[in-house]
Amino acid sequence: MTTQTITRADICVAAVSDAFKGSGEVLAHAVGIVPAIGVRLAKATHTPELALSDGEAFMMAEAPPLLKTAAAGGTPEAWVPFRSIFDIVASGRRHSMMGASQIDRHGNQNISSIGDWRQPKRQLIGVRGAPGNTVNHRVDYWVAKHSARIFVESVDVASGVGNDRAVGTAGRFHDLGVIVTNLAVFGYDDSGVIKVVSIHPGVTPEELQEATGFPIDATDAPLTREPTPDELKIIEAEDPKGLRFKEVP
Amino acid sequence: MLDKTLPLSDVAGKLESGMTIGIGGWGSRRKPMALVKEILRSDVTDLTVVAFGGPDVGLLARAGKIRKLVYGFVSLDSIPLDPNFTRARERGEIPETSEYDEGMFVAGLRAGANRLSFQPIRAGLGSDVMAMNPDLKTVRSPYDEEEYVAVPGLRLDVSLIHLNRADAAGNGQYLGPDPYFDDLFAMAADSTIMSVEQIVSTDDLTAKAPPQTLLVPRIFVDHVVEAPGGAHFTSCDPDYGRDEEFQKAYVAAAKSDSDEQWTEFEERYL
Repeated sequence: MTTQTITRADICVAAVSDAFKGSGEVLAHAVGIVPAIGVRLAKATHTPELALSDGEAFMMAEAPPLLKTAAAGGTPEAWVPFRSIFDIVASGRRHSMMGASQIDRHGNQNISSIGDWRQPKRQLIGVRGAPGNTVNHRVDYWVAKHSARIFVESVDVASGVGNDRAVGTAGRFHDLGVIVTNLAVFGYDDSGVIKVVSIHPGVTPEELQEATGFPIDATDAPLTREPTPDELKIIEAEDPKGLRFKEVP
Repeated sequence: MLDKTLPLSDVAGKLESGMTIGIGGWGSRRKPMALVKEILRSDVTDLTVVAFGGPDVGLLARAGKIRKLVYGFVSLDSIPLDPNFTRARERGEIPETSEYDEGMFVAGLRAGANRLSFQPIRAGLGSDVMAMNPDLKTVRSPYDEEEYVAVPGLRLDVSLIHLNRADAAGNGQYLGPDPYFDDLFAMAADSTIMSVEQIVSTDDLTAKAPPQTLLVPRIFVDHVVEAPGGAHFTSCDPDYGRDEEFQKAYVAAAKSDSDEQWTEFEERYL
């Protein structure tokens, strides 16, 4: 008998899949390689009604090869150019997993710039759709390289709206779910502050604390589950080239 | 029949310093690069640029032609950041910026196209978009207790867009997967200059493609420029994809510490 070692990347993919459990018939928006595989896994297992995007202008009944658009294969089932996306965002029938350059303890996310936005130390891509996504539908985050530079005391530009800022109309449809990283899965406690949901096998609570720029408590955290053999087959079929290991070595 | 054709070399003559210019496309996709090059070759400057930014913004920023930038992002898609844009921001070379959520950006264009002073939207509430745009106001619903961001209408002096085909009268056709917001840019502008891969007869527009591809009606178009390859190095599907090699060369030159390397690239490019 051989014992198969489960990779960290595959644990992350399964955690992403779990984040989409019960999302229902909504458009899954996934930024990053692990999230892209994770939503495919969710659709192939517990949430078949999920609608996948090709990252360009189509919802896909059969997804194209990983990180490719409908031009490379698959079966389109709806035409959703960018002009439709903003209407879908406002309708609430969407669930995003976005990246983050900074996240604070309240779940405020920054992808805009580092430093003073008037003349930033480092200009990033811009707020993109983060402000709109976070006040309209469920939003999770994916962090491939968990570090104290990303998990910070306070973000320089709140692009995605955190729990402490989600008041009034901004709070009506605000729904932050989980943060999946290469070290752990975070959620939020009743007061909207980040808490450890599970820690990945092989990561120590001390290691996690060191990589997080604000106090967290992982001492009693359970281990993140490992993917099942069936799930591993699906993951391998969706990512035969192992692109996920570039993101999580 | 109306003939709105304009030689590429006459484009700069239609533009003036200080104008507000909308640029169609999205990131590094179907950008009117031939038209942007005409701005770069001219002494037109001090521009307010409104765009879902790609290398158009990067090039204009590097040339110091942007006084104010209204944007939701600037990206080269296959390469996330445009080094000319990030450099200009980090050096404080764009005097004024208005960074919006993408949905807010569309709301502003819609309001501009509809001649409305604002359009309400949920996006932006609670985020630092409000702090980065201190002029932004919210509006209380007259029907309930909801409060929305009132995105001011974006009116443009000129829009520059690039499509696949058009007739000489200015009916524009896209043949790729996504129209982006080029029709909205045209409607929000007092004047629109549309470049296309090829000018064909009106009959030919629908000879091989369904009429739904006729994106921009001539009533919103003032000038049609035939510019084959006019979106290069951005994509113009299905006529051509993005020239990834060229884009990499653009990024390498833009990143270079030596201004000479950039100048050399720019001269070759123009």
